[in-house]
Amino acid sequence: MLLIRCPYCDMARPELEFRYGGQAHVARPADPATLDDAAWGEFLYVRSNPRGVAAERWRHAAGCGRFFNCLRDTVSDRILATYPAGAPAPDPAAPASGSGR
Amino acid sequence: MPSPPSTTAVARRGPLDGQRLPGGASFTLGLAPAAARFILRGDAAARTAAGAAFGVALPARLGPAGSGAARAALWLGPDEWLLVGEGEPPADLERGLVAALSMHPHSLVDVSQRQIGLDLAGPLAARALNAGCPLDLRDQAFPVGMASRTLFAKSEIVLWRRGALRYHVEVGRSFAQYVVNHLDEAARRAPPL
Repeated sequence: MLLIRCPYCDMARPELEFRYGGQAHVARPADPATLDDAAWGEFLYVRSNPRGVAAERWRHAAGCGRFFNCLRDTVSDRILATYPAGAPAPDPAAPASGSGR
Repeated sequence: MPSPPSTTAVARRGPLDGQRLPGGASFTLGLAPAAARFILRGDAAARTAAGAAFGVALPARLGPAGSGAARAALWLGPDEWLLVGEGEPPADLERGLVAALSMHPHSLVDVSQRQIGLDLAGPLAARALNAGCPLDLRDQAFPVGMASRTLFAKSEIVLWRRGALRYHVEVGRSFAQYVVNHLDEAARRAPPL
């Protein structure tokens, strides 16, 4: 089982308590009325699917209930860092702050 | 024409009425005394104000629960607390909290009847809990006093360690029978210490 460090609980917690929440840092367009259908569809449905480090939203659903963001390597399933929602993504090469195993 | 229904008072039934509760040398499970329970959500100012009115400071982060004689404040999230007043009528507790919080944006919900408390004790208690709860319950990770919302098997619980061998579990009443049966089975099938 993965151990995921929740940035709000500041504690490594078992994966079972968490729910995956999709790609992180998807910004809503500032002025949706000016977008054409293709651009709006792109915002709504198109997500990156990288082989390697991905920024993802996770929710500590059975713990503190908070959404946070996480850098996870999709190849090794190793969690490189977790950080509060709203914070910029850390450099994946920097020392890890999320405890994935 | 059928006669009007009788207005005889109906006795309140508990979720564990008639249930055999485990009790032995190495593991006992009992019902915690009836309590008033509230979920409070609010910011740091609301936390301080509620703590002053409640008589027990609300913890600012995950860790030990604040506890007094018969009252306890358990951290559930960065802006969420479970307030428990053992043996108190919810209305009295509510009145004090509402008055203290009137100047702060907050939400205060009476959940006294939503969940029940279970009292687990004995050397097998941690092992029985770990049959369904994935948290590390050793002393360094979950010291005495610590409280946290977590999972027990398929059910969400609030786990509070009240002593070296004593745990308090808050569970939704509709899950109570499931959790008790699961704990009972885990304790009975656990290898001897």
